[in-house]
Amino acid sequence: MSPLLEIRDLRIEGRSDEEWHPIINGVDLTLGRGEVLGLIGESGAGKSTLGLAAMGYVRDGVRVSGGSVVFDGIDLLNASAEEKRSLLGRRIAYVAQSAAASFNPAHKLIDQHVEAPLRHGVAERGESVEDAIELYRKLRLPNPDEIGFRYPHQVSGGQLQRAMTAMAMSCRPDLIIFDEPTTALDVTTQIEVLAAIRDIVQQFGTSAIYITHDLAVVAQMADRIKVLLRGDEVETAPTREMLEAPKEDYTKSLWAVRGYKRPEKPAPAAGAVPILSVENVTAAYGTATVLEHVSFDIHAGRTVAVVGESGSGKSTTARVITGLLPPRAGQVRFDGETLPPGYRQRSKDQLRQVQMIYQMADTALNPRQTVAQIIGRPVRFYRGLKGRRLRARVDELMSQIELDPATFRDRLPGELSGGQKQRVGIARALAAEPKLIICDEVTSALDQLVAEGILKLLARLQDELGLSYMFITHDLATVKAIADEVVVMKEGKVVEHGPKTEMFTPPHHPYTDLLLSSVPEMDPDWLDKLLAERGVEDLGEAATGKM
Amino acid sequence: MGSLLRIILQRLALGLLTLLIVSAVIFGAVNLLPGDFAQAVLGQSATPEAVAAIRTQLGLDQPLLLRYADWLWDAARGDLGVSFAQANFASFTGRVDPSATVAAQIAPRFANTMFLAGVTAVFAVPLAVGLGILAALWRDTPFDKGANIATLSSISSPEFFVAYILILLLAVVNPVFPSLSSIFPGMSFGERLEKTVLPALTLTLVVTAHMMRMTRAAILNLMAQPYIEMARLKGMRPLHVILRHALPNALAPIVNVVALNLAYLVTGVVVVEVVFVYPGIGQLFVDSVKLRDIPVVQACCLIFAAAYILLNLTADILSIVSNPRLRHPK
Repeated sequence: MSPLLEIRDLRIEGRSDEEWHPIINGVDLTLGRGEVLGLIGESGAGKSTLGLAAMGYVRDGVRVSGGSVVFDGIDLLNASAEEKRSLLGRRIAYVAQSAAASFNPAHKLIDQHVEAPLRHGVAERGESVEDAIELYRKLRLPNPDEIGFRYPHQVSGGQLQRAMTAMAMSCRPDLIIFDEPTTALDVTTQIEVLAAIRDIVQQFGTSAIYITHDLAVVAQMADRIKVLLRGDEVETAPTREMLEAPKEDYTKSLWAVRGYKRPEKPAPAAGAVPILSVENVTAAYGTATVLEHVSFDIHAGRTVAVVGESGSGKSTTARVITGLLPPRAGQVRFDGETLPPGYRQRSKDQLRQVQMIYQMADTALNPRQTVAQIIGRPVRFYRGLKGRRLRARVDELMSQIELDPATFRDRLPGELSGGQKQRVGIARALAAEPKLIICDEVTSALDQLVAEGILKLLARLQDELGLSYMFITHDLATVKAIADEVVVMKEGKVVEHGPKTEMFTPPHHPYTDLLLSSVPEMDPDWLDKLLAERGVEDLGEAATGKM
Repeated sequence: MGSLLRIILQRLALGLLTLLIVSAVIFGAVNLLPGDFAQAVLGQSATPEAVAAIRTQLGLDQPLLLRYADWLWDAARGDLGVSFAQANFASFTGRVDPSATVAAQIAPRFANTMFLAGVTAVFAVPLAVGLGILAALWRDTPFDKGANIATLSSISSPEFFVAYILILLLAVVNPVFPSLSSIFPGMSFGERLEKTVLPALTLTLVVTAHMMRMTRAAILNLMAQPYIEMARLKGMRPLHVILRHALPNALAPIVNVVALNLAYLVTGVVVVEVVFVYPGIGQLFVDSVKLRDIPVVQACCLIFAAAYILLNLTADILSIVSNPRLRHPK
C-alpha cells in the first residue's frame, strides 16, 4: 500500500526584511496509514511550517520554493484552492497549540464543531451534534451532553484542547496534524489530554503528525520520531530506537539536557536570619482571595523553588513580596526587618534589594531601548553612576551575563534571540545589586538547550555574588536541576515545604505526588504505566467507531 | 444577564450626565455670543429703554445661573420655550401663540432631517459594510484598490461640490430627479422619497468611505488570529471565513463608526440642506444663530447633543452585547 503522505525535498522560505530566507531546506517525510510520527526540535526548527505544509497550507509571508507534498495520490502543492479546501477538515485536520485562541470566541463549541461536517456534506447538523457528544464522551470531557453548548471562554484550557481534538475528528479524517497541543497546559492537565488524544487516534486508526519540543511527550505519542534543526532533518528512527540509541550529536545533546543538576549546597546554619521571610500572608484581588496564610523563608545564597499549577498563587506571592500587591494580612520581612506592604512606602534601598526577572523577556524589555539603555537605567537609578563609570559598569554587567559588550551594547531587543533577551533581563536585575532575585518562569518560554544555559548562568552568578533566588516554575525538571528548597502551592496555600531531597523522596503530600508523577518521562511506556496506576479506565466498549 | 443589565444602566446614567454637562456648556456658550436678541431685532437706532423693555419681557435681565436653572427645568419637562423671533412683542401678554413655541418651530424640521438621515442610512450603511467586506475578501485586488480610491475621492471632495456634480448629472443632463428638495407637509411618502434621493445620495457618498474603510480594517485586523487560520484549515471558503468568523468579532469597531456617521447625518448636514433647499433642522439652526433666537439655538444644540450621545450609547451597548463574554459569564 502506498504511504498516506509523502513529502519529497520540500523547501519553504519566509519573507522578512524584504528578503526570502529558507525555513525548510529540503526535508523528506513519509507517513504510513495509521502511523503517528513525532516531529521534534527547538523553536525556529520549522516544525509548525512543515506540519502545515503537510496540509498544503502556508501562512502569509511564507512560500514553497520546491519539492512535493503528495497526500493519498493528490499533489497538494499543485492542487487548486477549492480542491485543497475540499480535503481540509474532511480528510486532513489540524489541532492547534492554543485551543483558547483557536476557537472563535463568538460561537459555541458545537457550532464550530459541526461546521466542517456540514461544509463537506459528511453529516446533517443533528447527526453531527450527536456524534460530537459521543466524541466528547470518548475524550472523557465532563458533561459531554452540555459542554458543547458553551462558549470557549466558559471552558477550561485542557477541556478546550480535547474539544478541539473532537472537532478535528468530526469528519473522521485520515490524517491529523497536532501542533504542540499540550504545550500551554499544566502537567496534571497534560496527562489527561495526552491520554485522550492517544486513545482516540488509536481507536479510529488515524494517522497523525505530532509536533512538540518535549521529548518525553513525543515518546508517549509517536511510533517514529523525526528530529529537525533549523529546517534540516537531523535523524529519523522508531521511537524506542531513538530513545535508546540516538545517533547524531544534536539528538544526544537534546537528550542530555535533562541531566543538568547543580551540586547540593549545605543546609543553612541553625538560627541564621533568613534573607526573606513570608509570614502568614493572605492576599486578594477584589473579593477573590488568592493567597491564604502563606509562609516560607529564603536563606542567603540559596534557591527556593515555588511550584504549582497555573492559578495556584505563585506569581501573586511574588507580587506581594515586591510590594505590587499589598497583602490583606501577614507581612514580609527582609533580613529581619519588616517591609512596608506597598512598594510606594518602601525606601529606594529596600526596593533595590529585591529584583525580578520575567517569563516573557519579549514583553519585559522596552523594544525601543538599546541593551545598554535597558541595563544602564537601574545602574543610574540605584547607584547614581554617570558617563564613563556608567558605561564601564554596564560593560561589566554584560560580561557577567556572557554577552560581548562591543557587539551587543547598541542592539535593540528585537535583534536578540530569546535566550539573549532573557540574559539582558538578568543583567537588568543584577544592575541594582540585589540580594534576592525573583525568577518568574524565566525558562518556560525557552528551548531546552537555551534554558539550560540560563540555569547555568544563574547558578554561576549565585556562587559568585551570593545571591538568593525565589524560583517560580511549574516545571519540576527545573526544580530538580537547581533548587535547594521547594515550596509546593495549590489554590493559594502552601501544601508542602522543605529541602529538595526530602521533597523528591516519598512519602509525599498527595498533591506533590500528583505533580511529580505527572511529569512525562523519557520512557515510551510511562503513560501506560501511569494510567494503569491511577486506574483510568480504558475507552473499552465506548469505542463503537460510528460513521 | 444581571451584569449586562447593570452595564447598560451604568452607560445610560453616564449618558444622562454627559447630556447635563453639555447642556451647561451650550447655555454658557450661547450666552457668550456677542449682541443679544433685543439689539438684533430693534436695530442700531433702538432706544436703550426699548431694548431694556424687551430684555425684561424675555427675562434676559435675570442672572445667568437662574436663567439656566429655569431653562433646564422647563426642558426636562419637555417645554423648550418660546422662539424670540416668532413671539409678538408689541402685544406680549404672557399668552403664547402655539405656533411660536420652539417645539412647534423645530418639530417639522427635525422630522425632515430624520427622514433624510434615515433614507441615507438605509443606502449607505449596507453599501459601506458590504463594500468593506468585499474589499477585505479581495484584499489587494483591483476591486479593493478601486473601492478605496472611489470612496476616498468622494470623502475628500467638498459636500457642495459632490452635490452640484450630482445635480448636473442626475437633474440637468439626465433629468431623473428634481434638483430642489422642497418638502411640504401632506406630501405622500413616494413624493418625499423622490425629492430626497439626491441629497441622500450626496450624503451617502460623504459617509461611505469612513464606514467602509473601518469595516475592511477591522476584518483584516482579525485575519491573523489563530481561529481564522483554524476555520481555513477546516476547509471553509473565504467568504464564509469572513462572514462567520471575522465579522462577529469585528462588530464593535464597525458599529462605533456607523454610529458616529449617523450622528453626523443628524447634526451636520447644513451645506447639503442649503444646496438642495431641503427644509431640515440645520438651516433653521443657522438662521436662528443669525437672529440671536436663543431658545431655538439652545434647543437645536440640545437635540444635536442628545443625538450624538444616544447613537454612541447605542453603539456602546451593541458592542457590549456582541461580546459573548458579557452575554454569557462563566
